[in-house]
Amino acid sequence: MQTILDNLYGALIRENRWQLYLQGLAITLQITLVACLIGIVLGMLVAVVKIYAVGSRNPVLKALNVICNFYTTVIRGTPMVLQLLIIYFGLTFLPSGVVACYIGFGINSGAYASEIFRGGINSVDAGQMEAGRSLGLSRNSTMRYIVMPQAVKNILPSLFNELISLLKETSIAGYIAVNDLTKLSNGIKGRTLNIYPLFVAGALYLLLTVLLTQVQRWIERRFARSDRG
Amino acid sequence: MIEVKNLLKNFGDLTVLKGVSETIKPGEKVAIVGPSGSGKSTFLRCLNLLETPTGGEIWFDGEEITSPRCDVDKVRRKMGMVFQHFNLFPNLTIQRNITLAPVKLGLQTQQQANETADTLLRRIGLADKADTYPAMLSGGQKQRIAIVRALAMNPQVMLFDEPTSALDPEMVGEVLDLIREVADAGMTMVIVTHEMHFAREVATRVLFMDEGVIREQNTPEALFGSPQDERLQSFLSKVL
Ligand SMILES: Nc1ncnc2c1ncn2[C@@H]1O[C@H](COP(=O)(O)OP(=O)(O)OP(=O)(O)O)[C@@H](O)[C@H]1O
Ligand SMILES: [Mg+2]
Repeated sequence: MQTILDNLYGALIRENRWQLYLQGLAITLQITLVACLIGIVLGMLVAVVKIYAVGSRNPVLKALNVICNFYTTVIRGTPMVLQLLIIYFGLTFLPSGVVACYIGFGINSGAYASEIFRGGINSVDAGQMEAGRSLGLSRNSTMRYIVMPQAVKNILPSLFNELISLLKETSIAGYIAVNDLTKLSNGIKGRTLNIYPLFVAGALYLLLTVLLTQVQRWIERRFARSDRG
Repeated sequence: MIEVKNLLKNFGDLTVLKGVSETIKPGEKVAIVGPSGSGKSTFLRCLNLLETPTGGEIWFDGEEITSPRCDVDKVRRKMGMVFQHFNLFPNLTIQRNITLAPVKLGLQTQQQANETADTLLRRIGLADKADTYPAMLSGGQKQRIAIVRALAMNPQVMLFDEPTSALDPEMVGEVLDLIREVADAGMTMVIVTHEMHFAREVATRVLFMDEGVIREQNTPEALFGSPQDERLQSFLSKVL
């Protein structure tokens, strides 16, 4: 017991090391949030292109669709670490590794988010679109007032899953020398000469993912209620 | 009012409509009967362009609606459609289901539309359901709301695709009563149905479709009383 406390003291308190975890956590959260926003915007655009391209004869839309398909195939078919390395070492004009992380993780989660959006929208019964159109509403209005509100129910919980895995996945940011939570705790390990700092980092990740899962459950419960009402 | 000229429709290699020509005059109540898969729904859905015809022309109200220059959304405002599975909007209250289109299309203010909805809901005895969601209603109630939702647009024609075939038997009556009421009010209607008695009673004309063509058409008395076409005879012997 005493050794555990000693080790925790060494991992957290000595030389104010707890501040380092917080610094790392801040970077991890920053990357997660910015990448998540980029991913949502990108995912939405790609999903819209893919959905509107179905059955369309518009050449611009078809070309965009090809690009979008290429994007999702490549991103989902190659390792994230590799994508990150390519962006960091390929786009040398980027000001910092953190920015490379925003872009890399953003582009990556965009590919997954687009599938979530597309799946969510396609899961709404085609009869809903037909009913809206039969009343004279345009495709866009029907999407906006009828299909999207129903799709959100399917989209939000999956999007939260994506957010949770994104949070964990940012731990590879150290590959491009970004001082995120994992990287910094690993650095502290070099000082304490035991793995307690890694446990501390693990506890912090766990705390965040459990919290996000609670939020996700809460959202799902709210939707379930509005379904019955 | 609706004129269909040599309508063709393919789904891939499958030819579903093989040259249908038909004129529907104002005030007519046209029933379409025929075996499953004969193209009845496809024909009906071509009329408001939910399906894009492969060939032929459709004219409505003096305008060729199959022309690429036609504003399809404008045309659909004048054609109400009622679906087999109701297709109410589950995310909106009954009142919003009815008022969404007139309000979003700028035809009425929300308040005017609410009044119209209230009047219509009173007429079908469901005024107390205005603020509930579709999930709370029975099948028969849903379909009556769906009919009223289409009527709220003040259409010139109503298209019905088997409006009672997804209903429990005890709810068919209330829906047919409402359709009959709409018919009696003078609405032009095209109705695909398996309810032969209803077709006989309400329709002014009955079309028999089989394998993508209209094989026979006549007044209900003549079509059901003395069918000429061989396939119609065998169809009627099965369903009557
Ligand atoms: N979207 C579609 N894609 C491919 N084939 C279709 C499509 N819609 C209909 N069909 C086919 O077209 C044919 C005619 O279908 P339709 O729904 O018009 O028949 P129906 O007369 O309404 O039959 P039912 O009485 O069963 O409703 C069927 O063989 C059907 O499988
Ligand atoms: Mg049908």
